[in-house]
Amino acid sequence: MTATVSISSIEKSFGAARMLKGVSVDVAAGEFLTLVGPSGCGKSTLLRILAGLIPQDGGSIHIDGAAVDHLPPRARDVAMVFQSYALYPHMSVHDNIATPLKARRLNSLARLPVLGSLMPGQKTVRAGIDAAVKQVAAQVEIEALLDRRPAQLSGGQRQRVALARAMVRQPRVFLMDEPLSNLDARLRVHMRGELSELHRRLGATFIYVTHDQVEAMTMSSRVALMMDGEIVQVAPPAEIYSNPSDVRVARFIGSPEINLLPGRADPRGYVTLAGRATPLRVGMTGGLTIGLRPETLAIGDGSSDIVVDGRLQRIERLGHDVLLHMRHAGDDQRSFTARVSAMDFDALRMAGRLEASLMFGARATAALMFGADGKRLMPLRDEPSAGNVTYTSSRALMGA
Amino acid sequence: MALSSAARVPAGRRRLGATISPAVAYWFAVPSVILLLGTLLLPIMVMIAMSFTDYELGALEFSFLGLDNYTTLWRDAGFWRALLNTLYYVALVVPASVVIGLALAVMVNGLRHGRGFYQVAFFLPVTSTLIAMATVWKYLLHGTIGPVNHLLTTLGLPALEFFGEPSLVMPALAIIGVWSLAGFNMVLFSAGLTAIPQELYEAAAVDGIDTPIGRFFTVTLPMLGPTTMFVIITTSITAFKVFDTVAVLTRGGPQGASDVLLYVNYLEGFQYMRIGLASAITVVFLGIILLLSLIQAKVLERKVHY
Repeated sequence: MTATVSISSIEKSFGAARMLKGVSVDVAAGEFLTLVGPSGCGKSTLLRILAGLIPQDGGSIHIDGAAVDHLPPRARDVAMVFQSYALYPHMSVHDNIATPLKARRLNSLARLPVLGSLMPGQKTVRAGIDAAVKQVAAQVEIEALLDRRPAQLSGGQRQRVALARAMVRQPRVFLMDEPLSNLDARLRVHMRGELSELHRRLGATFIYVTHDQVEAMTMSSRVALMMDGEIVQVAPPAEIYSNPSDVRVARFIGSPEINLLPGRADPRGYVTLAGRATPLRVGMTGGLTIGLRPETLAIGDGSSDIVVDGRLQRIERLGHDVLLHMRHAGDDQRSFTARVSAMDFDALRMAGRLEASLMFGARATAALMFGADGKRLMPLRDEPSAGNVTYTSSRALMGA
Repeated sequence: MALSSAARVPAGRRRLGATISPAVAYWFAVPSVILLLGTLLLPIMVMIAMSFTDYELGALEFSFLGLDNYTTLWRDAGFWRALLNTLYYVALVVPASVVIGLALAVMVNGLRHGRGFYQVAFFLPVTSTLIAMATVWKYLLHGTIGPVNHLLTTLGLPALEFFGEPSLVMPALAIIGVWSLAGFNMVLFSAGLTAIPQELYEAAAVDGIDTPIGRFFTVTLPMLGPTTMFVIITTSITAFKVFDTVAVLTRGGPQGASDVLLYVNYLEGFQYMRIGLASAITVVFLGIILLLSLIQAKVLERKVHY
């Protein structure tokens, strides 16, 4: 069971605050789409609108081609996993998982506490529910916990119960609202793998909200980056990293953050960085921003396409890599970060070069340029003299 | 050196350079222990002791009777009537005031506007003096001039002699009791309601529970479990202590139909001056309250803690 989800120009305001400003995105059947963005960008609100928990002010939602705007959550056939898991604390794990099925398969009288079980003609229905619960419990490996209460479970186990409760009625669409953010770091890494695996196995459409770019990058088929109530870019993880359409996307995705240095384009379009010429050429004139990912900077001698120099401020050792926090030598005095291998760093230290000004080089293809409005500027590549500036997606190397 | 200082620890502790004897801890505790004994435990002990004597208020001497006071009570039809009347009152007041308090809390909490006004309005009976308000109720429920009876007769129903008819007097007192307690219970339930996480309601909606009744039974009521237990305990204890409305409105009448434990207790002690017997009644009364609290505390621990 899977379905497409089409979100078109959703508007939502809370009082005077415009939370969502015409959000549109189409999700293919079976896709894992992650809505990622900083807190307060409206991603959780969008998810609640999708679930039917809050009404939108404008726009429309289609699931499997049919409009669901007027439908209550029950009729939309979507399941949701909440940040706090929202398990019913007074019910056993079994009853928690059984609740969505009971709500659908038993009539309202049979669902009443105590009295309900006395109603006639529900034996086969209850047996069916039991079997379904056992089956999903086995899928997320919590069969042994079915009699426990949520309070007796660890965070990771609660997470599985919440997943099982979502899975049990085989919905067309799974909505997940930061489901991993209450777990500790190790478990989060583990559950990331399990969620991806679950998505692959179920083949259902997943719409996943997170503020954690690593979750977005590692699990999704596509990432939709939201800022201030708008979707800025929707793209597969590798592309959103290497080919961001907007400076906000470039800044949000990637850790450590991308280095943004001020450059200038001369009347012919050639770009200079802190007075040094680069082989980059753009179709404009004036100030622009040059973005260089920390791992694209290598210790150099000034012969690279793009040269950046600065003084060392601070060192962070990550094990096999070292982050060098630098102060740019240009007038702007911006700080930037370079990620070099521990071996290169040690060689540098042995040579006693840490005290002096350091020079880094990057290939022209690694540079991302943004105009004054934050939009991406594509390099022009018709000048043979500039060397090889053909734009190719650089490999997406995620930070740990 | 380390060994010898470790060996000295039981004998005393060095703090700020001085060696302090462990016994000093008990001396620091003495004032509060004296207060605890003198204000709480001693009076109860004295009362229990007096329940075994024939002491009368103002008498200079008394003699020890053993269990005579208790056997007198056991054989006294008036005491049993008072006990049963009290239980009847509790059985009427507790369910009604808890259910009404819960219903008010759920309804008032669901309001968009005027929540504060309704909360204050329903809480007013708690802040007013019950003795003063009892006079108002006496007028309202009066057999001939009361507006309630005017309403009944206008509707073609027979007038009810609330405080004259033995079978009606406890329900009439119970109405006043419910009126004075429901508002307080509402406030307690409101506090409980605000502690229910919104995500649980959202989860219930996604799970397919979208009727108000379904929501109430799946989320609200179970989540209010601890609050409900607390409300039931406090309400039962308050209802057991019914006295002021009886003393002001009915004085146990008609024909002893509204005799309640505390009122009988008061008559024995302060009208007939039989402190010994009154003490015995008080001991029974305390025993019942203690038992109630214990049972409910056990249930509370086992059933409603998640």
